Amino acid sequence: MFRKILSPFARLFEFHARTHYRTERHSMALTLGIIVAAGVGGFVEIAPLFTIDETVEAAPDMRLYTPLEQAGRDIYIREGCYACHSQMIRTLQDEVDRYGPYSLAVESQYDHPMLWGSKRTGPDLARLGNKYSDDWHVRHLVDPRAVVPESVMPQYAFLLDRTLETENLPDRLAALRAVGVPYSDEQIANAAADARGQARPDTDAADGISERYGDATGVRHFDGQRDRVTEMDALVAYLQILGRLTDAAFANQPLGEE
Amino acid sequence: MMERLTGAERQIALIICVVMAIVGLVMAAAGHGDPMGSHGAIVLIAAGITTFFVLRAIGEPEPAEDRTVDYYDDPTKAGLVIALFWAVVGMGMGVWVAAQLAWPDLRIDAAWSSFGRIRPVHTSGVIFGFGGNALIATSYHVMQRTSRARLAGHVSPWFVLLGFNLFCIIAASGYLMGVTQSKEYAEPEWYADIWLVIVWVVYFVLYIRTLARRNEPHIYVANWYYLAFILVVAILHIVNNLAVPASLTGAKSYSAFAGVQDAMTQWWYGHNAVAFFLTAGFLGMLYYFLPKRAERPIYSYRLSILSFWGIVFFYIWAGSHHLHYTALPQWVQTLGMTFSVMLLVPSWASAGNALMTLNGAWHKVRDDATLRFMMVAAVFYGLSTFEGSFMAVRAVNSLSHYTDWTVGHVHAGAMGWVALITFGSIYSVVPLLWKRETMYSWKLVEWHFWLALAGTVIYVFAMWNSGIIQGLMWRTYTDSGTLAYSFTDTLVAMHPYYVARACGGALFLTGAILAAYNVYMTIRHAPEKRPERDYPTSSEAVEPAVPAAE
Repeated sequence: MFRKILSPFARLFEFHARTHYRTERHSMALTLGIIVAAGVGGFVEIAPLFTIDETVEAAPDMRLYTPLEQAGRDIYIREGCYACHSQMIRTLQDEVDRYGPYSLAVESQYDHPMLWGSKRTGPDLARLGNKYSDDWHVRHLVDPRAVVPESVMPQYAFLLDRTLETENLPDRLAALRAVGVPYSDEQIANAAADARGQARPDTDAADGISERYGDATGVRHFDGQRDRVTEMDALVAYLQILGRLTDAAFANQPLGEE
Repeated sequence: MMERLTGAERQIALIICVVMAIVGLVMAAAGHGDPMGSHGAIVLIAAGITTFFVLRAIGEPEPAEDRTVDYYDDPTKAGLVIALFWAVVGMGMGVWVAAQLAWPDLRIDAAWSSFGRIRPVHTSGVIFGFGGNALIATSYHVMQRTSRARLAGHVSPWFVLLGFNLFCIIAASGYLMGVTQSKEYAEPEWYADIWLVIVWVVYFVLYIRTLARRNEPHIYVANWYYLAFILVVAILHIVNNLAVPASLTGAKSYSAFAGVQDAMTQWWYGHNAVAFFLTAGFLGMLYYFLPKRAERPIYSYRLSILSFWGIVFFYIWAGSHHLHYTALPQWVQTLGMTFSVMLLVPSWASAGNALMTLNGAWHKVRDDATLRFMMVAAVFYGLSTFEGSFMAVRAVNSLSHYTDWTVGHVHAGAMGWVALITFGSIYSVVPLLWKRETMYSWKLVEWHFWLALAGTVIYVFAMWNSGIIQGLMWRTYTDSGTLAYSFTDTLVAMHPYYVARACGGALFLTGAILAAYNVYMTIRHAPEKRPERDYPTSSEAVEPAVPAAE
């Protein structure tokens, strides 16, 4: 019986070996074989993610990153924060209890690239927004061990001294639109001014922010310095919006709140 | 070395150098004030140095050598030396980043020295710098020997080798300046990615053209693996790096994919960088150098076929096991898990095939540290592929993911398998290439072996412990139903293991430094000996020992 079950497999194996014995004399046959064999899996797993609608939930209240937040996100990437911090709460009870409602696909819908991360040397940041004050973030980034003595995070004090470069933001938003983020012409044209305005609430530049990005947008001196817009402003603005672009995750999991 | 090129070849080389210099100049001018400008300067300097060497040779008389009687090994030699250089740099960076996790103030007051920026220098340095150069160099060696034909071309092997290293330098210097796409193991920005595509196409053409010259009817199994490595890495690289630059005068770009699709694409790439860069290529090395050193034929031709196609077909599906319990649809997770478990069959077929090849040569494994490097590499290959399939199971992954267990698993593969097979191959090929009797010092090889093994074991055990402890602490509840440990509690528990890990890494680094010294002394001081029968020729071999199919 055992022999009977195995015999088709043995025949297939035999056939494969014989075919291979012939094809391995042709480099182009091998090339084609490799491309086909290696192509199947990726195609089957990736292509449907673009076509199946349920892959990404609908969230009508989803808002875009403001230019200042996007600049902060670029700094987050530049400094390699993603190497130690994930932004993906898994559907496990202890993670929901520790960090908040589990992450939904829609929350990173406009994240080019995604920053789900692969390692938690530090805690997950998917729901970091509004958890701590701006002041806490600034102190923590300047010297993590002054706030959390056991921390192994590097110091980022230099962000306080570096003026944020805003001139390139229209280009960056335009590139993001090219890959699918629905920024309007107006948002792109005003990107530089909006970035400065969001961190200087008492200036004229701040007026257009809520108009273009919604009333709930945080407009304040994120780094506590009134006279200039620094990279610290941008990074803190980004950290404070993490997990707050949409309420979908909270609506979806009423019991998820701690 | 340029004197061995003909006049026409020197002219082609010169044209390429000049074009590169112009590209560098344009990048430097257009990207002024942006990291891209600095990269332009690097390209310009690299082109300048190469131009200098080409120009120095351009007036020399035509080479007198007869190219039909010899293999072309100059690029192989250069590649091996460069690989050893990157090994020391990449592993040195590794020890530093490991030490930063144990003692976070072990850095200078500059942005570039933070963990986030030097960690990719470590990963790219060892994977692409050390591994990539070793793969390119050994592939040149293996394709010539198994085809019994000389390399097809004398400029293109240099173009591929030096072009690839230019990519590595742009990558590493970019990370220090904060230039990164954040996609793990695909961090370099758009212009570096485009450059790598050009280099890679030339590499593929060179490989196919050399195979076309072969004097053997069959293409040896090592070449299948190298071919799979070249082809699939190209596909992965191109798709995962699709991006739109924010401006043509700056380094910053945005990935074409977002969110869940980006995550899937990234880990399709990430896991298959492991599969086709760190496994297929190095299996090519294993299939050539291990039987050669043991002087035994490969145990089973059919197992080779089974494992090759199994690896090529199954691996591609496995990437989604990096995304268990995330927002990735469940069906993709399940597919990834299933194929990861099935992957154990071809993986163990390969490892078993290698170990069975040693039957009848086990006394050599005992006496010869070089062969022992390769034997232990095959064992670690078997162990880490088992561990990989195990960790891909959803329930196990819920514990292991995001912890140091993953880091330990990767290093069991990278140190125990990839680095050991590479060092074994280097030790067996260096005396042959430089026409030496043996390595300068067999005692140093022996020392290197034990340092590397001890370093790997310490590293992996430390990470197993810290990973499993941290995973368990994260999910421990008190009797009243609240989480028992804060995140910082788990961090404190990690400290001793982080110290142990840095020590393990330091041992491994010491071994690599010994290897570099030993190779240097072999080139300089070991007694000469011309290898026998190491030249291209028409095939005298009988057909492989397989029943003819017809």
